[in-house]
Amino acid sequence: MAEMIPKPERMKRSPRQMPEQDPKKRIRNFDEVPLGYTAEDAIYEAQRCLQCDPPPCVSGCPAEVHVPQFIQKIVEEDFAGACIEILKTNSLPAMCGRVCPQEEQCQRVCVYNKKDKPIAIGRLERFAADWAREHRVKEKLLEIRKKDKRVAVVGSGPAGLTCAADLAKMGYDVTIFEALHKPGGVLIYGIPEFRLPKKIVGHEIDKVKELGVKVTTDLVVGITKSVDELVEEFDAIFLANGAGAPQFMHIPGENLNDVYSANEFLTRSNLMKAYKFPEFDTPIKVGKKVAVIGAGNVAMDAARTALRLGAKEVYVVYRRTRKEAPARVEEIAHAEEEGIRLDFLTLPVRIIGDDKGNVTGMECIKMQLGEPDESGRRKPLPVKGSNFVMQVDMVINAIGTMANPIVARSATGVQTNRWGYFTVDEETRATSREGVFAGGDITRGSATVISAIGDGKKAARAIDCYLSSGSSLRKR
Amino acid sequence: MGRIITKRKIAPEIISLEIEAPAVAEKAKPGQFVILMTDERGERIPLTIADYDRQRGSVRVVSQVVGKTTAKLSRLNEGDELFSFVGPLGKPSDINRYGTIVVVGGGTGIACIYPIARELKEAGNRVITIIGARTKELVIMEEELRKVSTELLISTDDGSYGKKGFVTDVLEEVLRKEKDVKKVWAIGPAPMMRAVCKATKPYNVETIVSLNAIMVDGTGMCGTCRVTVDGETKFTCVDGPEFNGHLVDWAEFMNRLARYGQLEKSSFETYKRERGKDNG
Repeated sequence: MAEMIPKPERMKRSPRQMPEQDPKKRIRNFDEVPLGYTAEDAIYEAQRCLQCDPPPCVSGCPAEVHVPQFIQKIVEEDFAGACIEILKTNSLPAMCGRVCPQEEQCQRVCVYNKKDKPIAIGRLERFAADWAREHRVKEKLLEIRKKDKRVAVVGSGPAGLTCAADLAKMGYDVTIFEALHKPGGVLIYGIPEFRLPKKIVGHEIDKVKELGVKVTTDLVVGITKSVDELVEEFDAIFLANGAGAPQFMHIPGENLNDVYSANEFLTRSNLMKAYKFPEFDTPIKVGKKVAVIGAGNVAMDAARTALRLGAKEVYVVYRRTRKEAPARVEEIAHAEEEGIRLDFLTLPVRIIGDDKGNVTGMECIKMQLGEPDESGRRKPLPVKGSNFVMQVDMVINAIGTMANPIVARSATGVQTNRWGYFTVDEETRATSREGVFAGGDITRGSATVISAIGDGKKAARAIDCYLSSGSSLRKR
Repeated sequence: MGRIITKRKIAPEIISLEIEAPAVAEKAKPGQFVILMTDERGERIPLTIADYDRQRGSVRVVSQVVGKTTAKLSRLNEGDELFSFVGPLGKPSDINRYGTIVVVGGGTGIACIYPIARELKEAGNRVITIIGARTKELVIMEEELRKVSTELLISTDDGSYGKKGFVTDVLEEVLRKEKDVKKVWAIGPAPMMRAVCKATKPYNVETIVSLNAIMVDGTGMCGTCRVTVDGETKFTCVDGPEFNGHLVDWAEFMNRLARYGQLEKSSFETYKRERGKDNG
């Protein structure tokens, strides 16, 4: 066991950095960028933890991870034990360790954050999960009494997987329905390999299946089977089908050949493995000069994917400033290190093409910030006469998503708000129809993996309550 | 789900597959489509449903070898399982009792119009069906269509069967003769559908086309299949695949259809070369 070092000593230490692939090399491959901690790195970082009581970090974690406990296990060099501690509340630790915005969750409330050097909780979570996977650690599952109740989960993204895993651990018979041919939702089709290796997603989904969760792929709820039909077969339903539909700007030229939605571009590359074309059959095109519209994580993912697919220059175009950009600081830093140029205060007004439909340029207008709008962010206003044309031959639209109405249309009595998202009780995730719960992006719009996981947990708890009280959707 | 129950070669390079898919068959309606993958490395391709049998729990699709995916599909045999099979996607055809309807099918589009013609006939319409292909041996499903049509007219480009010329030549004759055509359905290659729309326009007959846009998910998630209809962007997968052809921006549609042309061609060539090696 590593030594317990005295508190003043712990507090002197700086956070341990995580090694990363060199930007010049990594833009030529799809391998993961951050390389992870070694055991020594992890112990060094874990030793910094002050083991606060009560721990503020836990209250900052929607997945309710037992942060001090798992960090203590790392100090004790019980890496398997660390992972098992995380798994008690979070079924997707290797994913969370990678894609959670820890700087806004657990690490934001870490006492060390006052000095701007919080414990690297995400990196430690990733280390423990990776160690357990690589050493094939088997979580000893408590003997659970199977319950005679069936729950349908619609969508196999982070919300659906979490809810399914939690319910399975309580003994429920859970079936996940997935529209695509592979489970994982945004973890599979959206987030690129270099940020979240698909092998890791596959492993964590396999662990969920080991809990007894059944996964039915190629079934589009709302089309192949309606929610109303699921009601006949299941005792409770959790809707977590994601936000899904891409938004466009509705500017001229948006349907030119090489104008992609980020959803299409990333789905081709990630889910269909078009980055390995022609080894995989799905093609993808990439221009020499690519403009990505938007500055969220998806925009960074699309920009960095374009670069890896061979684009010479990639510009991220955003109408506000760096300060308002919704992407994680880390993602923006990664993009810039790789040579992606960020053009702030720039709004596309028209995409220009030739008679074959190929993109030849994008006309933009410069913006300036005015008064704050209803989101609290200063409203960008066009600067008159500042129009200019960017020389690009491909445009990727990453301005966000909106609700896909397919599931909602087939769910009688489940209310949606004016944007098409299910209206739910924040705590129980209950919809307007008894026995039907909802979470993830289809209840809040594009958000984070961790908020989806939080919803999945809350819904599992509420579904357990609902079913334990003897209620059921099915008429018995 | 996805097992090939029967496979028939119905013309050179054209196969008809009956696929076990009870959940899809139960919901399938004329005009809808499925998306399938042959194998894990395959593409997701949309194919319009050519028929469905709820009792047998099966869906029929017709496919012509035009690239790597359709070539792979044509090599599968009865008993083989498709890697992925999902549907029924898209909106069904608007079947009603209209009166006289002309249904036009070109190439494998002939297979797609079959269930539409059948349902229109059953709904009490007078159904004039026009089918056309390059040459006689590519005219498919003639007997089946004859049974569900009031009248069946055939054309071939080379005159080897039926009337020499295009389906549009036959259609023009029908439109001249028939005074009260309520609606036209046209399914086939994009240039053919556009030509049909051009032919019906002077007669002001509403013309429904089924767009074979490129798709990935087929449920409205990716937007690959965008098309401009009446000045508005629509997703072929969820808003279509059928649209009023007089309102479709054909130039844009055909440009978008050709987006991956070169990549698809090179991938198909490589595949054929490799297959050639295997066989040698």
